[in-house]
Amino acid sequence: MWRWTSRKSRPNVTLMLRYALKRLISLIVSLAVASVVIFAVIEVAPGDPASFMLGVNAQPETLAALRSELGLDVSQTQRYFNWVGGMLSGDFGTSYTYRTPVSQMIADRMWVSLPLALYALTLSTLIAFPAGIYAAARRGRPGDLTVMGATQLGIAVPNFWFAMMLVLIFAINLRWFNAGGFVGWDKGIWAGLHSLTLPAIALALPQAAILARVMRSALLDILGEDFMRTARAKGLSRRQALWRHGVRNALIPVLTIIGLQFSFLLAGSIIIEQVFYLPGLGRLVFQAISARDLIVVESVVMLLVFAVIMVNFLVDLAYAAVDPRLRNRT
Amino acid sequence: MSLLQIENLSLSIHEAEILNQVSLSIAPGEIVAVTGESGSGKSMTALAVMQLLPDGAVGKGSIKLNGQELLDRPEAEMCALRGASIGMVFQEPMTALNPVKTIGDQVMETILIHQAMPAYKARERAQEVLIRVGLPPDKFPMSRYPHELSGGQRQRVVIAMAIALRPKLLIADEPTTALDVTTQAQILDLLKGLVTEYGMGLLMITHDLAVVSDMADQIVVMRHGEVVESGATDHLLRNMQHPYTRMLFEASEHQVNLPESYETKPLLQVTGVVRDYRLPRKQLFQTPGTHRAVDQVSFVLNRGERLGLVGESGCGKSTLTRAILGLEEIQSGQILLDDQPVFSGHKPNLAVRRKMQVVFQDPFGSFNPRHRVSRLITEPFYLLDDPPHGSDRLDRIAEMLGAVGLSADDANKYIHEFSGGQRQRIAIARALITRPELILFDEAVSALDVSVRAQILDLLAELCEAYNLTYLFISHDLSVVRTITDRVMVMQAGKIVEQGETEQVFTDPQHSYTRKLIAAAPRLPEIGRGAA
Amino acid sequence: MSRNLILGAALSSLVLLAALISFIWTPYDYAAMNIPDKLQPPSAQHWFGTDHFGRDMFSMIMVGARTSIAVALVAVGIGMALGVPLGLTAAARKGSWLDELIMRGNDLVFAFPSLVIAILITAVFGAGAINAIIAIGIFNIPVFARITRGAALSLWEREFILAARVAGKGATRISAEHILPNVANLLIVQGTIQFSLGILAEAGLSYVGLGAQPPTPSWGRMLADAQTMVSFAPHLALIPGGAIIVTVLGLNLLGDGLRDFLDPRIRVARA
Repeated sequence: MWRWTSRKSRPNVTLMLRYALKRLISLIVSLAVASVVIFAVIEVAPGDPASFMLGVNAQPETLAALRSELGLDVSQTQRYFNWVGGMLSGDFGTSYTYRTPVSQMIADRMWVSLPLALYALTLSTLIAFPAGIYAAARRGRPGDLTVMGATQLGIAVPNFWFAMMLVLIFAINLRWFNAGGFVGWDKGIWAGLHSLTLPAIALALPQAAILARVMRSALLDILGEDFMRTARAKGLSRRQALWRHGVRNALIPVLTIIGLQFSFLLAGSIIIEQVFYLPGLGRLVFQAISARDLIVVESVVMLLVFAVIMVNFLVDLAYAAVDPRLRNRT
Repeated sequence: MSLLQIENLSLSIHEAEILNQVSLSIAPGEIVAVTGESGSGKSMTALAVMQLLPDGAVGKGSIKLNGQELLDRPEAEMCALRGASIGMVFQEPMTALNPVKTIGDQVMETILIHQAMPAYKARERAQEVLIRVGLPPDKFPMSRYPHELSGGQRQRVVIAMAIALRPKLLIADEPTTALDVTTQAQILDLLKGLVTEYGMGLLMITHDLAVVSDMADQIVVMRHGEVVESGATDHLLRNMQHPYTRMLFEASEHQVNLPESYETKPLLQVTGVVRDYRLPRKQLFQTPGTHRAVDQVSFVLNRGERLGLVGESGCGKSTLTRAILGLEEIQSGQILLDDQPVFSGHKPNLAVRRKMQVVFQDPFGSFNPRHRVSRLITEPFYLLDDPPHGSDRLDRIAEMLGAVGLSADDANKYIHEFSGGQRQRIAIARALITRPELILFDEAVSALDVSVRAQILDLLAELCEAYNLTYLFISHDLSVVRTITDRVMVMQAGKIVEQGETEQVFTDPQHSYTRKLIAAAPRLPEIGRGAA
Repeated sequence: MSRNLILGAALSSLVLLAALISFIWTPYDYAAMNIPDKLQPPSAQHWFGTDHFGRDMFSMIMVGARTSIAVALVAVGIGMALGVPLGLTAAARKGSWLDELIMRGNDLVFAFPSLVIAILITAVFGAGAINAIIAIGIFNIPVFARITRGAALSLWEREFILAARVAGKGATRISAEHILPNVANLLIVQGTIQFSLGILAEAGLSYVGLGAQPPTPSWGRMLADAQTMVSFAPHLALIPGGAIIVTVLGLNLLGDGLRDFLDPRIRVARA
């Protein structure tokens, strides 16, 4: 019996690995194409960063020296490969305006933006799952209508406006939170989380509204499936059938949305950072735009795109974990 | 005392009356078949016993299991009965199982929700049940997922779930309708065996009268939510009282009189046709394998001849149909219509295609819901160099609608205004409108109720007379093919294993597969016909 | 006609009407500054109050509606005009290299949220409403391509498509004659939803300065201006926020209502 089990489990592992490998290859291709697109767009930008930095009256020699320092004196193709090669080894180039390594600037800011997005994703999932399941289980009854009404409103509220209202109520009037700024992680993880709480709520609630609706409708679709009737014929109650057979099947469409939401949350966090004066990637990129610090813009954008592609890769893997049918599809 | 006693059960859903005064009873160890055409309320009767009715259903009357009233029983108590005292098997095995759970877990679940026991014990019990339904662990380990099994195997898992706790009553709602004949015979044998072995009562819902007369101890015939006739099988078959019952049995083995065909000039010549499908890559850098769906098929269809093609699902008959229609390119061999190839180069030959038309199975999916009938049936005109215009066109539409038994006024209606049988008539009108040399009927009567099917078969016979049709009739239903064709071919795993005069093949099959098919197909007993 | 549909249509047409009327009439000149009257709360003279330059908020909201609707509408138009043909083509050539290319391209565009595209364009070409249109429009292409392909694929399996092929019609003709009319409802519903998402996205972009530039009024920028004054003049934030919520809510309700109204399954059940 034991030997049989181990023999049986092996093909599943190889199938899983093969699936992961296929996804990995498509991940790499996506990243490569995305980097070419970003590089090409930035290349179209009029003007030469070096002359922009030194002003109109720069000496030709100083200009040439700066150009070679910034790596601008080689061909476009060469520059692309230098950029990609640099990023692979953690070197994102040097900021045109601050003359500091871009990687350092990004690393500092990442510790605000990434935790914020993850915090918001966690909150939104924690709110949306129970709300969606609750509404689906009470379809058409007052509980369902209340949840659906609330989500309809939640979708319509712009997150940055919601953030302003949160500041007005909880920071200015009630003084439970600071109106803005970030205390830093060195003050302890709780202090850090505390100062990210309002921004995370502002980001999470509108997304939670969408996710709860998706969860509900996915569950309602599943409730109409034949196997749910089979489950009831076994003697499961409506609720037991929903939990044991409904939720996992409903996760398949819900996962897609969670993957998509991460990119909205990341983009949203850039906007929300403006409301709360958080020193995150958003602040960095807007400063860089006004200073025409294109190398910073280019790297931050590449990083954001990388994060989105990465999350979608993880979602693909999660699919296979949830849905056995996917594992042997190639 | 009877195990299940339904008395005067009436049921309405949102005010619409579904069942009216239905009564029937089942004794332990007895098989009771409820039969009727679609809309007769037979499935609702089964769901009423389970108390798994759609929202808004209101029942009156009485359903007693072992003397205990089920109607109006609290939901919690019904949950305790379902699965333990009443098991149920559904029609569609492909969707009846949860796709993300293993078959072992799903069978174990029935046991564990009703009886407290350690998981390993439930697992042992589940394994025993799976072995009993014919899924031994060496071939079908409990770690399999539903998508790794065939339809028949899945139906066995559903049965295992239903009988795991040896319920006193088993309900089977069209348990074999979605299965091939040979699989159907095996599943029916399994059900019969279980009834004898466990002494269960079986409430079997089916539209197939041959299955009914073969299996049931008692028959209940329903129409429009009412029981029209019921009784012991032998007695009922010998003395049918109600005209509807007689009509059903007559229609089930309806015979048509095809006009003789004389010409012997070949119209369609199929020689050595091979159709391969590429399989998905197993390994990343390996060349993908192929699946040979049609393997060296050759036959000749003469002008004026009606040829049948039978086989089970997946045997390649649909693929062959598509190849003949020129919808897909073949890998080798030749298909000639009127001595011209269907495919020339890599493009379908339009000059040949205008000589062929087709009628599909699904009366609901065969028409664009947004077009009127006049536009629907004239779609094949697109093939003609000089299609009729103006009043010519209208005359042709009227003529065709008349030929298939509809009225010229129907041309301005949309397809949703017609019943399934009428839609199939419209599909035939569409196929006939260009006066094609050859028509392919792809399971064209398989989705219809028996009474409607009989009418469509009559229509075909009439059209043969009026238009001297030549057709290829593809079907899994042996009794239909037997009456509507002159010659028949039997297809198995991509090959034609036998072909010959229809009567000859049916009375004296040569190939073992043909014999197996004919033996597996349930037949109505002679007595049924005698009484009618 | 459901309640959703009526309420949604009413709210949406209210906003649309305000935007249209603003071309010929607004209570005040939306750009006229009147410092003595600054930061007035809503009153009979100024229904929505005045901002920190004493400009009439009601007039600014009306003209802002114009900007929001124009940006979102053109962006959805771009998404549909490019996405639908791509989706139809991919479905018609299912499994071919072309299908694969279109779908991979879609995945790639999905990796660029509109904000990221807007950042890129602004960094290179400078800020403006056109950026917002392009950014939101590009993001809409894969949305429409995917939904069209999905719906078209299930239609291609239907027998009436097979019947059209037997009648000798080619993929392009079938796509135009049979597929497109049958996915039109779905596209109308999705278009309404995308329109509302476009309004939200435009507000976000102009809030961070990547959208319409002064003096063009826009709801997002009104909110950005309000930020430092929200504690003593909350109407500066409440009113543009309310305008966005009403518009988006109206469009979403309209979309839901249309979905129920146009869904053939529900209509058949009613008949």
